[in-house]
Amino acid sequence: MTTSLAFSGHLVIAPVLVPFVAGVLLLMLRDQSLTLQRGLAVLVGLIQIGFALALLIAVADDTLLTYRLGDWPAPWGIVLVADRLAAWMVLITSLLALCAVIYAGGGTDRQGRHFHVLFQMQLFGLAGAFLTGDLFNLFVFFEILLIASYGLALHGGGPARTRAGLHYVVMNLLGSTVFLFAAGLIYSAMGSLNLADLAAKAASLPLDNLGLARAGGLLLLLVFGLKAALLPLHLWLPNAYAGTSAPVAALFAVMTKMGIYAILRTHTLLFGSAAGDLAGLFEPWLMPLALATLVVGMLGALAAETMGRLAAYLVLASVGTLLAAIALGTNGIAAGLYYLPHSTFAAALMFLLSDAIKRRRTASGDSFKPDADMPHYALWGGVFFVAAVAATGLPPLSGFVGKFLILQAAPGHPWVWAILLISALGIVVALARAGSHVFFNSVKPSSATPQLPGQRASLFAPYEFFAIGGLLGLILALTLGAGPAVDFARATALQLADPSVYINAVLGSTR
Amino acid sequence: MEILIALSIGVLTGCGVYLVLRARTFPVVLGLTLLSYGVNLFLFATGRLVIGQPPVIGLASGHADPLPQALVLTAIVIGFAMTAFVIMLSLRARAELGNDHVDGRDGGSQA
Repeated sequence: MTTSLAFSGHLVIAPVLVPFVAGVLLLMLRDQSLTLQRGLAVLVGLIQIGFALALLIAVADDTLLTYRLGDWPAPWGIVLVADRLAAWMVLITSLLALCAVIYAGGGTDRQGRHFHVLFQMQLFGLAGAFLTGDLFNLFVFFEILLIASYGLALHGGGPARTRAGLHYVVMNLLGSTVFLFAAGLIYSAMGSLNLADLAAKAASLPLDNLGLARAGGLLLLLVFGLKAALLPLHLWLPNAYAGTSAPVAALFAVMTKMGIYAILRTHTLLFGSAAGDLAGLFEPWLMPLALATLVVGMLGALAAETMGRLAAYLVLASVGTLLAAIALGTNGIAAGLYYLPHSTFAAALMFLLSDAIKRRRTASGDSFKPDADMPHYALWGGVFFVAAVAATGLPPLSGFVGKFLILQAAPGHPWVWAILLISALGIVVALARAGSHVFFNSVKPSSATPQLPGQRASLFAPYEFFAIGGLLGLILALTLGAGPAVDFARATALQLADPSVYINAVLGSTR
Repeated sequence: MEILIALSIGVLTGCGVYLVLRARTFPVVLGLTLLSYGVNLFLFATGRLVIGQPPVIGLASGHADPLPQALVLTAIVIGFAMTAFVIMLSLRARAELGNDHVDGRDGGSQA
C-alpha cells in the first residue's frame, strides 16, 4: 500500500478527529491568553476546511469511502461512510464554522469560559453525525453535539438565555429518549443497527416485524423532525436561536440542517424505493408538515419584533423549503441540496448582521424601534439589503437559483408553487419592514440617548469584516459557481436515489 | 416475564411523560429520569428476553444478545450525564429567574 492510499484511507475520519483533538488541546490551553485560543481555533477551522475539501474531491468521482473503526467488518463493527451527501454537509459545516468562530473572536468568547472548547466539540459531533454509518453511533454523535450546544446556547448567561436554554435542553433530552426507543424498535424488528445492513434487510422484512419497524421509523422521523424544527416540533427554536449569542446562533443554522440531513438519509436509504413494505414511510408526512413549517416561518417573520427573532423565523422558513424540496423526489432533492448551503449561510449572515446592528444602535438594539442613526448606516444598510436579497431568494443571488430549481422540480404540485411563492413574498415584506424600521425610522439623538463611544464609530471591526464578508463571499461563490454546484447536487441526488450503491460500498467486502 | 417487563416499561414511561408535562423544573427532571429508566429497560428487551444464558456464542446451549447490553450501557452513561446537566441548569434557572416554573414566570399557584 502506498502512502497516498494510506492517507486517503484515513481521510474519512480526519474531519471527526481534527475538532476533537483541537477541543482537547484548547481545554489544556484554557488558562492561556484568548488571542492564542482564537488563533488556534481559526487555524483548526482552516485545516478542517482543507480536509473537508479533500474529502469532497475524493468522493466526487462517485466512490464511497468507508472507514471501519477497529477494522471490524460491517455490519458487526461501526463504520464511517463518506458519500457525496456526507462530504457536502461536512464542507458546509466547516466553512460556516470558520466564519462563526472568527465572529466569536470579537468578544463573545470572553463572556464565559471554554467557548472555543465547546465550539470544537460541537463540530466534532456534527462531523461524526454526518459521517457515521450506524444508527446507534448517530445517536451518540447527536448527544455529543447536543451537550456542546447546550453549553454554547447558555454561553454568556442571563435570564432570557437561561429560560430559552431550559426549554431547549428539556426538549432535546426528550428527543434523545425517543431516539433510543426508535433505535431499539428498529433493532428488535430488523436485528441490525448498521444503516447499510438495515437498508439491505428492509426489502425482505418478515411481515411479523413490519409494525415494529414502521413504528421505529416514524419515531425516527419524530426525533429528526425535532432537531430540524419541523412543525409542530418547532416551538423551541425561535427563543433558543434569538436568545443565544450571535456566533452561536450562526453555527446553529447548521443544526437544523443536521435534522434535515438525518431525515434525507433515512428517507432515501432505509425507506427508499427498494425498501419493500417500508418504502416511502415518511412520504405522507413530509410534504404537508414542510409546507406548514414554511407558512409558520413566514408568519413568525412578519410578527417578529427584533432582528434576532426575524432571523430565527427565517431559519424555520428555510427548513420548510428544504423539506418540501426533499419530499419532491430526486429532482427536488438535487435542488434542495443546492439550496441547503445557501440557506445556511444566509441565515448565519442574518444572525451576525443583527448582532452587528445591535452593537451600533445604542438605545433600541436590534428591535424595530426608532433610534438615532447608526454610524455608517449606508454601509450597514447596504449589507443588510444584500443579506435580505439572499435570505428571500431574489435574483441575482444563489437563493433565487435554488428556489427556481425547487419550483422546477415541482411541476405537478400547485400547492408547493403557491406556498413557496406566497411565503417568499411574506418574507420580502418582513425584511423590508425590518430594514425600513432599523435604517430609515430614525429620531434626532436626544441628550438622554448615550453618545457612541469613539471605537464604535469605526466602519467595521476586523472580525466583522472577515466573518460577514466571508459569508457574503460564500453566497457569491455559490452564485458564480452555480453550474458545478448544481451538477454536484444532481449527482448527489442520483447517488441517494439508488441505495444499492451505499449498501454495496459498506457491505460489499463481507457479502 | 414478558408481561412484567412490558408493564414496568409502560408504567415508567407513563409516569415519566406525566411528570415531564408538569410546570415545575423538579418534576420535569424526575420525569426525564423515569423516562430514561423506561427506555433503558426497553433497550434490554429489544434483544428478546433470555434467562440464564451468557452473552457469548458457544459457551452454552443458547446465548443472550450482547448488543442491547452494550447499547444500554452507553445509554445509561449518556443519560446520567444529561441528568446531571439538566439538574445544574434547573438550579441556575431557579437562581436567575427567581422561581422554579419552567417558563420562569410564577403564574399563581398551579404546580
